[in-house]
Amino acid sequence: MLRYIYGSDLARFPRLEESMFLDRADQFKHRLGWEVTLDTKGWERDEYDDLNPLYVIWENPDGTHGGSMRFLPTVGRTMVNDHFGNLTGGGPICDPGIWECTRFCLSPKSESKIAAALMLGGGELMRHFKLAQFAGVFDARMVRIYRMIGSSPVVLGESGTGRGKISLGLWSYSPQAHLRVAQSAGVSLALSEKWFQRSFGAVELLLSA
Amino acid sequence: MPDDFLARLEQAEAFEDLQTLILELRDHYGVGHMVYHWVSANGEQYGCGTYPPDWVQTYIERDYLRIDPVVLGCYQRFHPVDWRKLDWSTKAAKALATDAARFQIGNQGYSIPIRGPNGQFALFTVCDHRDDLAWDEFTRENQRNLILIAHYFNNSALMIERGRTPTAAKPLSPRETDALTFLAMGYGRGQVADMLEISEHTLRAYIESARLKLGANNTTHAVARALAEGLIITGGATNGAVGNWPGRYEIQGKQGVA
Repeated sequence: MLRYIYGSDLARFPRLEESMFLDRADQFKHRLGWEVTLDTKGWERDEYDDLNPLYVIWENPDGTHGGSMRFLPTVGRTMVNDHFGNLTGGGPICDPGIWECTRFCLSPKSESKIAAALMLGGGELMRHFKLAQFAGVFDARMVRIYRMIGSSPVVLGESGTGRGKISLGLWSYSPQAHLRVAQSAGVSLALSEKWFQRSFGAVELLLSA
Repeated sequence: MPDDFLARLEQAEAFEDLQTLILELRDHYGVGHMVYHWVSANGEQYGCGTYPPDWVQTYIERDYLRIDPVVLGCYQRFHPVDWRKLDWSTKAAKALATDAARFQIGNQGYSIPIRGPNGQFALFTVCDHRDDLAWDEFTRENQRNLILIAHYFNNSALMIERGRTPTAAKPLSPRETDALTFLAMGYGRGQVADMLEISEHTLRAYIESARLKLGANNTTHAVARALAEGLIITGGATNGAVGNWPGRYEIQGKQGVA
């Protein structure tokens, strides 16, 4: 199931929270060898996790983390502007219609359709909140994954070559791409909508209450 | 949106200009009310909008800021919120809703939280009397423009009230925050140590580390800095926060409030 959780609410899901930060440590520190720091609990957390970001998280049936990504509005502080300013092709990205997406992470046990489910969650955010785009930095290995899922970004800037290539991309919403991603995830749009309402509230439920 | 609206919004030089613009915008969209509401960390409220001044005054006097489901639902978040999705079930929220209805604020609302520099927080709200279907249609059609307008209002407000823009500061630890907050509330060191269940010696260490982080010369200076930078909060109406709101002084004059 997809959950949409702000940082300030993560503590209400302790199992999910712990396994997400541990999976992030596993992916970014141990598997990809990025220069990230782990805290005393072995969690990979950075300063952007302190800015109360919105996480889109795939929750496994046992309550643990299957995959996640992290969103911040570009009108506030973002990783893209702080660290990848060289890729924006001009000034910083600062637009109420653009959120940045970082720390795209999959649990080592997760199947590839979980990656698609996360992209589906991203699409729901764009659709419901009328966002124009997501901005995200990704490395070469993700290009194939995005293509497989059916949601490839427009590339704004690149640096490095080969496996070490880093790109800044923009994702836009289209109903066609949304449907393609839902199919890759094996999740119906109706179910996806239910999950979204579960996190952000459903108008119907409140009216009848 | 009206012609050149964003350009004119960018050129606003005072809150009064923002007030003129928001009135025009409300009429353009044909809704009940539109409000831009900047809540600074010390509980002061700035803004402009079309709410009746009596309602604004009631809101401030009853300190509704602390219990308003709209503010609570938007604070520290960044996705737009339909009021129907908020929790109005608490007693305090029901009282607020009843009061708001007296001033005909509207049965529908849509609020856009704005996350500005260094934790600045503001809200842009549109509300009206409409049935659910009509409101859904209105928000669906106008959501994207309203989000853009909300951020332009905030940028102009930040320019106008440049001195109020929070500055970056080293975050205080929870204990340092507690210590400075109690000091700011007027408690003596002995009392603060008791309340935090620590020794005065330990308390001194927390105050000292907070002082260093804030680059302050002494404890008083540290408390002043922490308050000014919004690192500690001692309450809105309780500490006599006033803020600024077009129409506010008119009402105060009427009621003889200093």
